[in-house]
Amino acid sequence: MTTNAISHSTAGDQNEELIPRYSLGERANHWLGSVAYIYLLTTGLAFWSPYLYWMAAVVGGASTARFWHPWFGLIFTVSLFWMFKEWHGDMRIDDNDRAWARALPEYIQNRDDELPPVGRFNFGQKLFFWAMLYSVILLLLSGVVLWYTETLPWSLRYVRYAAILIHASVALITIGLFLIHVYMSTILEEGSFGAMVHGYVTRAWAWTFHRTWYYEVTGRSRLKQQ
Amino acid sequence: MSQASTEIIRISGHAGSVPGAGLNREFQVCKLVDTTTCIGCKACEVACLEWNGYTFSETTFNNTYQTMPETAWNYWNLIKFNEHERADGSMMLLMRKDQCMHCEDPGCLAACPADGAIVQYANGIVDFQEQHCIGCGYCITGCPFNIPKFSPEARKVFKCTLCNDRVSVGLEPACIKACPTGCLHFGTKPEMKELAETRAEQLRNVSGFADAGVYDPPGVSGTHVIYVLHDAKNPELYGGLPKDPHIPYSVRLWKGPLKWLGNFAMIGGIAGLAWHYMRYGPKKEEPIPPDDERRA
Repeated sequence: MTTNAISHSTAGDQNEELIPRYSLGERANHWLGSVAYIYLLTTGLAFWSPYLYWMAAVVGGASTARFWHPWFGLIFTVSLFWMFKEWHGDMRIDDNDRAWARALPEYIQNRDDELPPVGRFNFGQKLFFWAMLYSVILLLLSGVVLWYTETLPWSLRYVRYAAILIHASVALITIGLFLIHVYMSTILEEGSFGAMVHGYVTRAWAWTFHRTWYYEVTGRSRLKQQ
Repeated sequence: MSQASTEIIRISGHAGSVPGAGLNREFQVCKLVDTTTCIGCKACEVACLEWNGYTFSETTFNNTYQTMPETAWNYWNLIKFNEHERADGSMMLLMRKDQCMHCEDPGCLAACPADGAIVQYANGIVDFQEQHCIGCGYCITGCPFNIPKFSPEARKVFKCTLCNDRVSVGLEPACIKACPTGCLHFGTKPEMKELAETRAEQLRNVSGFADAGVYDPPGVSGTHVIYVLHDAKNPELYGGLPKDPHIPYSVRLWKGPLKWLGNFAMIGGIAGLAWHYMRYGPKKEEPIPPDDERRA
């Protein structure tokens, strides 16, 4: 650390240089998904508890919310499936991720320099992605049952019973994921929110948080030179 | 029954207590359906349509005397028919007037998220307030009797009101008024319970129906519509009357433990993240050392 601090002046010119991290398509899709999720969260919480029923008023009343909630669910699903198409390669979990997972306490305690270098996405981001993807599949299946709940015959009422539990439980899991995701990408990791807005990160950011990816995109990887 | 019997004692999806609950002593109403004297004339079906302002519409014929397979959003009262062959080979044509049972512990109300869409009056009537209904259909899931029905046009759910509008001004429900055989009775719950038990005893001792009994299921803490059945041990024979109706366990789990667990987790999660930020602060980017070993 001390040597870094001393040499800072000589490296400073490079540190603030911008490199692209998210394409326009990736960013547009991310914000489409976020708008849909925030609508689903607001209306879903209104249906969840009487003490949060007022939240439906914010988006036009509970009847309107009942009408649009499934459609926003479809938008969110499409957005997630698009993310899968774009990112499933980068999200593959490998041995490096398992090493990273073992060092998770260091990450939580912000000792990032003690973690193994990571590629475009770290293990936490990958977990978030896969958990959200599987959640959205379960939410879609149970959601369709709740959407057209009156069309199910009485003999299939157990499908309704299952759907109502699955939808609420999985939605709670996604709320947990959402809270962590928003916290980390807005106030915890400085520079992340901007990356999803304008698409760029600084060299220093990439070097600090996604070192393997930084070497790849800047062509400075020893592996690539071989 | 006076106007005061429509005092509200429970409100669905309502934050806080019910205003004025438990201030008056009230009678609880009850409809008694004696299936053993029903002749299946369907006068009650017509009376229900007339009083509630619905017109008869196209229906489905499925080779029985039944008007349609099950009640509909605009058809709240349906005689269910079942031809039953008894052990001795004799045939019975079972007829049961199906409608909302007005449960003491209503599953529709437990499942409903809309403030004020379902109320339970002190007289026992469970009533939908359609102006507050949001059309989510959770009541359909909560009901153990397959009663609430969704109207795709209105995007709201409807069911039998036990003629609350009539009862509240001292009249009996329209179906009771129309019944020609006297198999339908209306009064207070203790009176109807007593009348039903007397009839069941008569059936057992005089008419040779050893298993005759009264259907007032304890799983939903009793109902405000009760039946006299020839065979109380097999209520399913009477157009699928459930043997042990109760609010579905998944609805109980969802509205009980899962709700508390979820609320605790959400609040705990937010608190945990706030604590993390205060304890460890933001992650900041580090300057790249000029002698970064992997540089070209």
